[in-house]
Amino acid sequence: MMEWIRGEWPWYLAGPLIGLFVPALLIVGNKTFGISSNLRHLCAAIAPGSVAFFRYDWKRTGLWNLVFLVGVLLGGLIAFHGGASHDVVVSAQTKASLVRLGFHDFSGLAPRELFHWQALLTVKGFVSIVVGGFLVGFGTAYAGGCTSGHAISGLANFELPSLIAVLGFFAGGLAATYLILPILLRGV
Amino acid sequence: MSDIAKSSHQEAENGRYANRLFFLLIYLLLGVAFGIVLTRSEVVSWFRIQEMFHFQSFRMYGIIGSAIATAAISVALIKKLQLRSVSGEIITIPRKDLGSGIRYAFGGTIFGLGWALTGACPGPLFALIGSGVPVMIVAVLSALAGTWVYGWLRPRLPH
Repeated sequence: MMEWIRGEWPWYLAGPLIGLFVPALLIVGNKTFGISSNLRHLCAAIAPGSVAFFRYDWKRTGLWNLVFLVGVLLGGLIAFHGGASHDVVVSAQTKASLVRLGFHDFSGLAPRELFHWQALLTVKGFVSIVVGGFLVGFGTAYAGGCTSGHAISGLANFELPSLIAVLGFFAGGLAATYLILPILLRGV
Repeated sequence: MSDIAKSSHQEAENGRYANRLFFLLIYLLLGVAFGIVLTRSEVVSWFRIQEMFHFQSFRMYGIIGSAIATAAISVALIKKLQLRSVSGEIITIPRKDLGSGIRYAFGGTIFGLGWALTGACPGPLFALIGSGVPVMIVAVLSALAGTWVYGWLRPRLPH
């Protein structure tokens, strides 16, 4: 029954499907596709404090998006349990360089050697999960969007701010990949 | 207010409530679909993000590129046809304010660092909680802390 969500989808299917969420949300409710605003909505809902940035009617502007986000989590759950074992088959080069760093376990969507509860007590696990998460939250709020809001919605609407943001995404991503991760992950 | 006016007022109120619930259900279902696509296409995978930033596979670029192309064509069509949404509004896409551009360059770079470190952007962070990497709850809490600290520092940051 769940056969259609088994296995890895080819890029030319996955990409257009992701792109279609932009018109789908516009057509349903005139909503702009973007995930990271939910982090702001959650802050506004849970702990606005006296911070002006979180003092707004999050239910009116963000409830639809928070509900969408709950769906994303459920979708991950359905896809994970509906599928066969989900090993990511990365390119031989990538695998070889990860093996050189000390990775052995290539099952699952993220390396188990780095993304499990005990790893939080190690420097590499803490930096990957806690520091990385913090930078994702800080950076997307500062830039006013993430991969969905800037790279997809923004570029699709030919917006210069989004182009600057996306160039920043890659500058930061490449810096972390070439300068931080090789040192951080050595001897996983 | 007469009883009749009151009950018709109540009916209208109920109608609006049902309408709102209907739309929220649609957003929930769209979110579920998005979570499935993110997971099965493996864009939620740390391994795929590593591969992308090492330029060792076309896959992620193909996905992002074709997603942008599909969205761009759709947006152009929506504008050309001046479509209305199901909810009845004329579809408008608010344009982002460029300002000095600093917030996009700085914020974007900071997010990029986090993207490579966690191997996930915000959508995937949530999808991963459901798809076998529950420790990502901690990354989400940390991302909330990051967003909160930004909100707090905002008046002192260049934009």
